[in-house]
Amino acid sequence: MEYFNLVVTLLDATVRVATPLVLAALAGLFAERSGVVDIALEGKMLGAAFIGASVATVGGSAWLGLLAGIVTAIAFSLLHGYACITHRGNQVVSGLAINILLAGLTPTLGIAWFARGGQTPTLSGDARFQAITLPFARELADVPVIGPIYAELISGHNLLVYLAIAAVPLTAWVLYRTRFGLRLRAVGENPAAVDTAGISVSALRYQALIVAGVLTGIAGTYLSVAQNAAFGRDMTAGQGYLALAALIFAKWRPVPVLLACLLFGFLGSLEARLQGVPLPGIGQVPVQFIQALPYILTVVLLAGFIGKAIPPKAIGIPYVKER
Amino acid sequence: MTVSATSYAGRPATVPRWVSIGLIPLINLALAFLVSGLVVIAIGENPLDAVRFLIYGAFGYEAAIGYTLYYATNFIFTGLAVAVAFHCGLFNIGGEGQAYIGGLGVGLVCLYFDFLPFWAILPLAIAAGALFGAAWAFIPGYLQAKRGSHVVITTIMFNFIAASLMVYLLVNVLIQPGQMSPETRQFLPNARLPAMHEILAWFGIKFARSPLNLSFFWALICSILVWAFIWRTRWGYELRTVGENPRAAVYGGISPSRSIILAMLISGALAGFVGLNEIMGVQQRILLNFVAGYGFVGIAVALMGRNHPVGILLASLLFGMLYQGGSELAFEMPTITREMIVVIQGLVILFAGALENMFRPAIERFFLRRAEAAGSRRPAPAE
Repeated sequence: MEYFNLVVTLLDATVRVATPLVLAALAGLFAERSGVVDIALEGKMLGAAFIGASVATVGGSAWLGLLAGIVTAIAFSLLHGYACITHRGNQVVSGLAINILLAGLTPTLGIAWFARGGQTPTLSGDARFQAITLPFARELADVPVIGPIYAELISGHNLLVYLAIAAVPLTAWVLYRTRFGLRLRAVGENPAAVDTAGISVSALRYQALIVAGVLTGIAGTYLSVAQNAAFGRDMTAGQGYLALAALIFAKWRPVPVLLACLLFGFLGSLEARLQGVPLPGIGQVPVQFIQALPYILTVVLLAGFIGKAIPPKAIGIPYVKER
Repeated sequence: MTVSATSYAGRPATVPRWVSIGLIPLINLALAFLVSGLVVIAIGENPLDAVRFLIYGAFGYEAAIGYTLYYATNFIFTGLAVAVAFHCGLFNIGGEGQAYIGGLGVGLVCLYFDFLPFWAILPLAIAAGALFGAAWAFIPGYLQAKRGSHVVITTIMFNFIAASLMVYLLVNVLIQPGQMSPETRQFLPNARLPAMHEILAWFGIKFARSPLNLSFFWALICSILVWAFIWRTRWGYELRTVGENPRAAVYGGISPSRSIILAMLISGALAGFVGLNEIMGVQQRILLNFVAGYGFVGIAVALMGRNHPVGILLASLLFGMLYQGGSELAFEMPTITREMIVVIQGLVILFAGALENMFRPAIERFFLRRAEAAGSRRPAPAE
């Protein structure tokens, strides 16, 4: 029973850690399936986290914060699109520029606006997304096995966590069952064919980037307005890149994205608990090894040693309409 | 995802050279500064005052010049590293991790070979920095060349793996016993690079104390070596050919995978030399996070310097000035922090790199039309 409770708390933490990864990785999925490399996930999340928390502080509403975070992320998505769709700039360079720009801009503005060393003031009450208790969670809590699973693991998260989980089947549906999804996948594989069919390649890619902006906006706001109660310097701490790794690990498909993010999230929550605890049969595992494991796994996968990660065919190549 | 202006290949090169290597980078830089100025205004400070503090902080007194050149040393190494990979069509974002591991190599030599005299430790440290940095770049290079794994992604992953590895090594293995912070012991005096004010003192010249050290000269030597390698050797030629057109390279009897691995090895080795400056020159012990983003600055430097050693030297000087002047600025104007420099860095990458096509076609068209008008009496060459 003790182990059971441990597993439930561990999985509960996994869900919290995985939420921003799922949202960001799905954002990357839309962008990259349309043929645009998006390493700017990190920067857009950071920007959304900062503006989201700032607006939630000033406006006193978590919803206003979410809206502002989404608008911020869309704005930088559009900048990315302007550089690499309109001007056919290098997509990696553009993404990196956005990441570095926001890594500098968020503390600069944060210090100027709030004078707290780059932090935003602590949010409380309506300015923050609070945990939602699902119906009957309290009544069922004492029932063995099902009780803890329902009350701890399924109930008691904030709205954005449920939104992230819902985004996975929604993305799968959009990608595989709608006209937009079909065109999106086509434009990432063979933009010339899409162009010949009379559909604008640029417009499709811009749309994909806007969707990516919405999702990274939610992911960033989750960090500062839901999971934590304030924006802190460099609060994304590489999660955008981790989401990118999860996207590759999932071979650019929605449901595997969820699984990859849960795996990486599980490793993240495990790492916090394994500090100095010897594992039976293995001995003490260095925390840093668990930290590096998602990246090592992704490299191994990319190397083609466990399956093969084949990216969308037209990824990274600016589309030139007529030669 | 090659980084080259291939869309302009095949067009007659009548745009004057000073336009493409002088005017266009300057316009991009001016735009980056303009937007930075707007950010300063948004914070509520006067951008002209900020520029004054910045320039005074970078060149106003002797120690400032020393600091500026000390920062520039790091940027020359990382800028050259990015440029060598660029010439082979590779985008090495892993300078951060390669510099970190390179510094480990330098530090290990300084720790465990300090029974040797300085003149014997120095070449060993240079070799170790190059070897460790190159080793960290080898795996992404090999995977790109042989298994087609994209080097951008693998180098990003290797940055994170390097960070975890260094924390593990410093916390568990290399830490000085009986000490709390994860650092090694200080190097012995014979395992330290002499600082510039010490070197100048040997010749009877007085210079203010600064972290600037002997590695600055090694950075200049590396710039010359990189120039000679890229434009004056067969390997450099092969590397550039692969960068321009890998398929043509194959027909020319060049092995793209060999060039890719070679480019990444050299790139990693150059990044590893950051360790000479930071670890052997300034910190004189191994510690966490000494790379502090210098690897990413290298990308901005290479883009500004158009991947040429001379351009990289100038761009490194510019960024050295921004870093040093930025600290002075942060001191004088408390509302502006050092992160303002990161903003400028991001904007330079944006305008000089991602948005380089925004003005280039219009500017080039202007000069092409002028050239055409001037040469209209002569028959135009057939295209």
